[in-house]
Amino acid sequence: MALSHDEITDKVREALVDALGVDEDEVTPEARIGADLGAESIDYLDIVFRLEKAFNIKIPRGDLFPDNILQSEEFVQDGKMTAKGIEELKTRLPHANLSAFEKDPKVDDIADLFTVDMIVRYIDLKLGQDAG
Amino acid sequence: MRWIWIDRFTEFERGRRAVAVKAVTMAEEHLHDHVPGYPLHPPTLMIEGMAQTAGVLVGDVFDFNEKVILAKVTRATFHTHVRPGELIHFEAVVRGEVRPEGAAITGRITRGTDLVADIELMFAHLDQSRDPVEPGDGNFVFNEDFIRMLRMRSLRNLGQPAPTPDA
Repeated sequence: MALSHDEITDKVREALVDALGVDEDEVTPEARIGADLGAESIDYLDIVFRLEKAFNIKIPRGDLFPDNILQSEEFVQDGKMTAKGIEELKTRLPHANLSAFEKDPKVDDIADLFTVDMIVRYIDLKLGQDAG
Repeated sequence: MRWIWIDRFTEFERGRRAVAVKAVTMAEEHLHDHVPGYPLHPPTLMIEGMAQTAGVLVGDVFDFNEKVILAKVTRATFHTHVRPGELIHFEAVVRGEVRPEGAAITGRITRGTDLVADIELMFAHLDQSRDPVEPGDGNFVFNEDFIRMLRMRSLRNLGQPAPTPDA
């Protein structure tokens, strides 16, 4: 049976609480994984492992948190994403909300796209694909 | 002194699970200095023992070519003290699978039927991490001395019956 949005949110919250040692009430939809919840680089892998187990899915490397987009000059110039870079982000991160980021696409702000809500949307999409 | 906090592997299932043992003895200097007058094996060194058990388990998957480093002690809960004369078992189980980026481990330390500690660890493969460091010469984690020691201890033969001296 398909999981509801709330059920997905609850499981994502549990994974983040266990991986990051944060309180449940800190895990709001708009909370940023790095800036607000304090995730460091290894925590992203921990989160991926916990989500895989919680939802019985496989999350390929870079699928949820892309880690190599920024290394290409084609996509990044003078500290900002190029139009092509933004298109690439949209393709790679269909689960992220880029509307605010697009207005001033500073590379330094890219980690702010990784929010609790983004993870929930990713899982929602992923479960939909797997079911379909 | 060698920074080795396990004595021997007793079980080894490649990429899945490993068990190592350590005998705690009064001859170990640190027992006398940790809590003077009350010798016990420090929990921090038990975390290190679990990291060594799990680190070999993770490193073995890619034939010790990756630089496997302990990246995070996610959780460590200790339930009792370990005293000289006691034998403890470190059981490390890979959560999911070892991935190119690293691995998550669920560990238990036991003494006989007593649970000593629950420990969760994260390992990263240094060259594959999101924040790679400058490459150095060779693999400083699993260096030549380490590999030689593993060969001497016949890691690959763990879980098989020990060869008889005549064989």
